[in-house]
Amino acid sequence: MLLNQFLLLAAVLFCVGVYGVIVRRNGVLVLMSIELILNAVNINLVAFGTSAGLAGQVFALFVITVAAAEVGVGLAIVLLIYRNRRSIDLDELSELKG
Amino acid sequence: MTAAMLAASFDVPANVAFGIVAALMIFSAVRVVTTTNVVHAALHLVVVLAGVGVNFLLLQAEFLAITQFLIYIGAIVVLFLFGIMLTRAEIGKHSGLDNSRRGVGVIVGLMLLAVLSYSLLRSFKGVHLTFGGSVSADNTRAVSDEIFSTYLIPFEVASVMLLAALIGAIVLARKD
Repeated sequence: MLLNQFLLLAAVLFCVGVYGVIVRRNGVLVLMSIELILNAVNINLVAFGTSAGLAGQVFALFVITVAAAEVGVGLAIVLLIYRNRRSIDLDELSELKG
Repeated sequence: MTAAMLAASFDVPANVAFGIVAALMIFSAVRVVTTTNVVHAALHLVVVLAGVGVNFLLLQAEFLAITQFLIYIGAIVVLFLFGIMLTRAEIGKHSGLDNSRRGVGVIVGLMLLAVLSYSLLRSFKGVHLTFGGSVSADNTRAVSDEIFSTYLIPFEVASVMLLAALIGAIVLARKD
């Protein structure tokens, strides 16, 4: 197996995730796109780590941990936004705009 | 049969499996960001996450693959479905999920993909995977040894961070 086949698959997933973060308005769907990006990074870490011991796998485990925490807090924030505004349209959250 | 011959005979079925899984993953990932149904997006996400787990198996990281299946498909997707339910998203087709910047998104995504794939193809052309001594039935034991010796402090920090995230999520989401 070539190293590049995994890296290119991860690149495609990453770009699809970036597209989703830019285009989606629904807060939950933006969080799903972020998950795509994190998983692409995990594939990269493990693929690069095959030749260099276990550091890649350990860091992928840490990324999974951080992703779980991120989804928990992120969904809590989305729920709070929904409770306050009755909508999770991220384009309406423009109070910080000058 | 020596280990090298075994690895070579494993190559073709592994590549075929990789091709099928990769095609499924890319299709599902595109559906996650383009579908007009929120629940379908979550279900397509399951396919992508399972494909990532299969990739971990192909890369001989079986502990990570099991963790991927348990945490992502077992916990995170369920969390997403709860989020969809609690925010009362319209179940079924709904056209207002995308904003008007779809052109910008396509341009950014394609340019990023072009830059990444150009540099990857230039840098790692023809590099074969060498499983440097990690081919063994003891992968899980080796990973745990590594976590609890070399990476002990990051592991403890990660557990404190999980606790903080847990408390933070409860404080944010409770009603009072």
